Amino acid sequence: MTAVAAHHDHHDDHHHAPHGLKRWLFSTNHKDIGTLYLWFSFAMFMVGGFMALVIRAELMYPGMQVVDPEFFNQMTTVHGLIMVFGAVMPATVGLANWMIPLMIGAPDMALPRMNNWSFWILPFAFTILIGSVLMSAFGEGNPSAPNFGWTFYAPLSTKYGPASTDLFILSVHMMGISSIMGAINVIVTVLNMRAPGMTMMKMPLFVWAWLITAFLLVAVMPVLAGAVTMMLTDRHFGTSFFDAAGGGDPVLFQHIFWFFGHPEVYIMILPSFGIVSAIIPAFARKPLFGYASMVYATASIALLSFVVWAHHMFTVGMPLAGTLFFMYMTMLISVPTGVKVFNWVATMWRGSLTFELPMKWALAFVVLFTCGGLSGLMLALTPVDFQYHDTYFVVAHFHYVLVSGAIFSIFAAAYYWLPKWSGVMPNTFLGELHFWNSLLSVNLLFFPMHFVGLAGMPRRYADYALQFADYNWWISVGAFWFGISQLLFVAVCVLCAMKKGKKAEAAPWDGAEGLEWTVPSPAPFHTFDTPPVIK
Amino acid sequence: MQSTLFRRVTAALTLLLVSGVSVASDWTERSNVNLRPGVTDISQDVFGLHVAILWVVSVIGLAVFGLIMYSAVAHRRSKRPQASTFHEHVGVEIAWTVIPFIILIFMAIPATRVLIAMDDSAESELTIKVTGYRWNWSYEYLTYQDDNDVGVFFFSNLKTPAEQYHTPVLKDGLFPYGTAADRFGAEPQEKDHDYMLAVDKPLILPAGVKVRFLVTADDVIHSFFMPDFAIKKDAIPGFVNEAWTVVPEDATGIYYGQCAELCGKNHAFMPIEVHVVAKEEFDTWLAEEKEKAASGPDLTPFSNLEAAMTLGKEKYNAACVLCHGAEGQGGIGLPFAGTALMNDSARIQENIDVLIKGRNAMPSFAAQLTPRDIAAVITYQRNAFGNETGDLIQPADVAK
Repeated sequence: MTAVAAHHDHHDDHHHAPHGLKRWLFSTNHKDIGTLYLWFSFAMFMVGGFMALVIRAELMYPGMQVVDPEFFNQMTTVHGLIMVFGAVMPATVGLANWMIPLMIGAPDMALPRMNNWSFWILPFAFTILIGSVLMSAFGEGNPSAPNFGWTFYAPLSTKYGPASTDLFILSVHMMGISSIMGAINVIVTVLNMRAPGMTMMKMPLFVWAWLITAFLLVAVMPVLAGAVTMMLTDRHFGTSFFDAAGGGDPVLFQHIFWFFGHPEVYIMILPSFGIVSAIIPAFARKPLFGYASMVYATASIALLSFVVWAHHMFTVGMPLAGTLFFMYMTMLISVPTGVKVFNWVATMWRGSLTFELPMKWALAFVVLFTCGGLSGLMLALTPVDFQYHDTYFVVAHFHYVLVSGAIFSIFAAAYYWLPKWSGVMPNTFLGELHFWNSLLSVNLLFFPMHFVGLAGMPRRYADYALQFADYNWWISVGAFWFGISQLLFVAVCVLCAMKKGKKAEAAPWDGAEGLEWTVPSPAPFHTFDTPPVIK
Repeated sequence: MQSTLFRRVTAALTLLLVSGVSVASDWTERSNVNLRPGVTDISQDVFGLHVAILWVVSVIGLAVFGLIMYSAVAHRRSKRPQASTFHEHVGVEIAWTVIPFIILIFMAIPATRVLIAMDDSAESELTIKVTGYRWNWSYEYLTYQDDNDVGVFFFSNLKTPAEQYHTPVLKDGLFPYGTAADRFGAEPQEKDHDYMLAVDKPLILPAGVKVRFLVTADDVIHSFFMPDFAIKKDAIPGFVNEAWTVVPEDATGIYYGQCAELCGKNHAFMPIEVHVVAKEEFDTWLAEEKEKAASGPDLTPFSNLEAAMTLGKEKYNAACVLCHGAEGQGGIGLPFAGTALMNDSARIQENIDVLIKGRNAMPSFAAQLTPRDIAAVITYQRNAFGNETGDLIQPADVAK
C-alpha cells in the first residue's frame, strides 16, 4: 500500500490537472475543449434529428396527423439551425481543437482562454433557441418558436416574425461570436505554433482545410451578424432595411444572407475534405495524390464561394446578365471539387487497401458526396433550376452533401481518431452495424427525395398532394431507420468514454502517418511540451 | 393489374431511356421519377436540358464510382500487399481539370440559350397580375389585345375542405397543436384526387396566346410555381416580377401549381389551378366576367337567415377558416366562439369595420369579398359556433 501511495506521490507529474466539474468549466486544454465540442455537437445532432423525425412523422401520410402546420414550420426551422450551427460546425471545431495542435506539433491552441469562452457560449446560445421551442410545445398559449425556415427570409422573419424571433437573433449572435473566436484561434495557432520544420506545405491537409475554413468564417460570420442586426432594428427601431413600404428591399436580405450562406456551406464541407484526405491515404497505404493541387483546389473553392451566392435566388427576378454570371461561376466551382474527388480516387489507385471502419465511412463519403455534388451541378443550370428550386430535389441535394457528406466524414473522423482520444478501439461489431444501417437508410431517406422533387413537391410543405404519397412514406421509413441507427453510435462513444474495449496502441492504423500517432493513446493531457523534430 | 413494383421499374427504365418529350399527363396522377416535360415550348426545352445534364452527371458519376469499385476490389491488400508510391502526375491532373471545364462549356451554351429565351416577355397579348397573399392568390386581368382596361379581378382559394386534411392521430399529448381535432370534431373525409391542388375559382388562360404574368405579393414572399409551364417566379411585396408562357392550342386542360416559397403557417395550402381553354371560349368567359365586374356589387338582400348562413359558411370556409378555424376556435386569428364581439348586437358595425378595413395582423377583406359576401360571413359568425345572436346583416348594411 505505502509503496503504491509513494509511487503515486512522486511520479504523478500531472498533479495540477483539474478534476470534476471545474476541469470542464474552466478548461483551457485543447483536448478537453475538443471533447466538449464533440459531445455537445453530438447532443445537438440527436436533438435536431428528433425534430427531423417529427417532420417525417407528419409527412409519412398526406393530411395533417401529428402536428399543426405552424409547429411543423418551427420544426423545419429549428432542425436546420441546430444541424448547421449546433451539429456540423461545432463537430468540426471540436476536431480542429483536438487534432490541429497534435498534427502541427503544438502544445495547445494559441489562445486557450478564448478557446474556453468560444465553447461555453454555445450551450447558452442553444438553450435560448431550444427554449423557444419548448415554450411553443409546452408553454401557456403556445407562443410560436422561430418558424421562418433556417434562411429566415424577410419580411416573414421581420414584420411577420413571432416574438421569439428576438431570442433567435440573440442566439445567432452568440453562435457567430463563438465561431469567429474559434476561427481566430485556428488561424493564430496554425500560423504561429507549427513545430520547427513543419512548413505550410508539409501540413496535413486537414490543417490546410481548416485554415481556409477559418478565414471563411472570419469573413462571413460578421455578415450574418449584420443581417440579424438589421432584422432587429427593422423589428424594433423603425428602420426599413428589408421593407419595401419604407424604401427597403426584401431581396437585399437574401443577398446578404446568401453572401454569408454560401461560404457557410463550404465552412461545413471543407473540414470534411481534410478528414477524408487524411483517412484514404492511411488505408490505401499510399501518400495522398496531388497534395499541392488539393491545397490549391481547396483555396479556389473557398474563393469561388464568395461569387456564387445568388444561385440560391435565381427565382427572385435578377437581370439576365446577373443570372448568367452566377450560373457560370456556379458551374465553375465543380472543377476544383472534381479535382478533389479525382485525387481521392487516384490515391486509392494501386494502393494496398483495407476497409476498416474509418475507411468505410470515408469511401461512403466520397461516393455520396459526389452524388450530392453532381445534383449540385444540375442545380447550377439556371433554366432547369427554375424547376428544381425550392422543391425536394434541393432538399435531396443538400442532405446528400451535408448528411452523407459532412456528417459521414465526421463519423469517419471519430472512428479514425477515437483510439487516440480514448485509448481504446471503437467496438467493431457496433461500428459495423452503425455503418451499414446508416449507409442503407440514408439512401432510402434521401434518394426518393429526388423523385418527389422532380415531380414538383415544394419543400417546407406540411401537407402535400396525393401523387407524392408513396415516396414520402418510403422517405419517412428511411428517416426513422437512420435515426434509430444513430443510437448505435451513442453506444460506441459511451463504450470508448468508459474505456471499455481493446486497448489502442500509439499508432493503431498501420498505414496512418502524422504527428498525432507519435504520442501515446490516449493522448496525454499535455503533448509536445518540447516541439517534435520534423524531418 | 400490374403491381406498383412493376410500374416503378418501368418508370426507372423510362428515366434511362427517355430522350424525346412526351405529353404531360394530369399532375394529379401518380408521380413519375423524372421531371415533368410540361406542355410549353420553353418547358420542353427545359426538360431537354434536364435530360442532357442528367446524362452528363450520370455518366461522370458512374465512371467515378466504377473506378472506386474497381480499385476497392483489385487493389485490396490481399491482392497487393505492397502499395505503389506515386503521388502526382501532371498530365492526369491537367486532364481532369481541363476536360470537365470543356464539358461545362458545352452545357453552358444551351442553358444560356434557353435562359435568354425565357427572359423575353415581349409581344404578349394578355397581361395578368398575380398577387400572393397569406394564404391565397389573386388574379387581375389587366390588358388583353387592344383592351387596356379589362378590370377582371378575383381571389383563388384552396378548395380542399378541412375535413379532408385535418386528421390528427393524437387527441392530447406532446404536441399541443395536434389537438385541434378535438375542437374540430368533424368526421374525416376521403381525399379527392385533386387534394391540396384544387381551388374554388381557377385562373383561366387562352391557349395559343402569349400571356405575361406580373407577379407580386401583398405581405411576405411567395413563389408562383407552375411546373408544366416551367415557371417559378418569386412574388415579392413591393416588387413586380415578370414571367410568361404560351400554352399550345392543342394543350387545353387543367394544370396545377403551388406556392414554392415558405410564407408561413399555411404555405402548403395555397395551390394554383389553371384552366387552359380555347381562345373563343376564353373570349366569351372574359366578356362575361367583365360585364359582372362592370355591373357593380350585387346588393340583393337575403330573404332569410338561412340563405345568409349558407353563403356565409361557404365564404367563411374559403376566406377565414385557415386563421380562425372551422369551428371559430381561433388559431393565428382570434376565436369567435362565444366572444363578446360576436355576441353583442351593439357591436355589429365594429365587426363589419374589422372585416373591411382589417385590424393589426388581420388583413382587409374589402377586395376579396363582395358586400354581399361580407354580410353573409358576419351573419354566419354571429350565428354559428354556438353564437346565437339571430343578427341578419344585409348587403346594404355593409355597403354604406
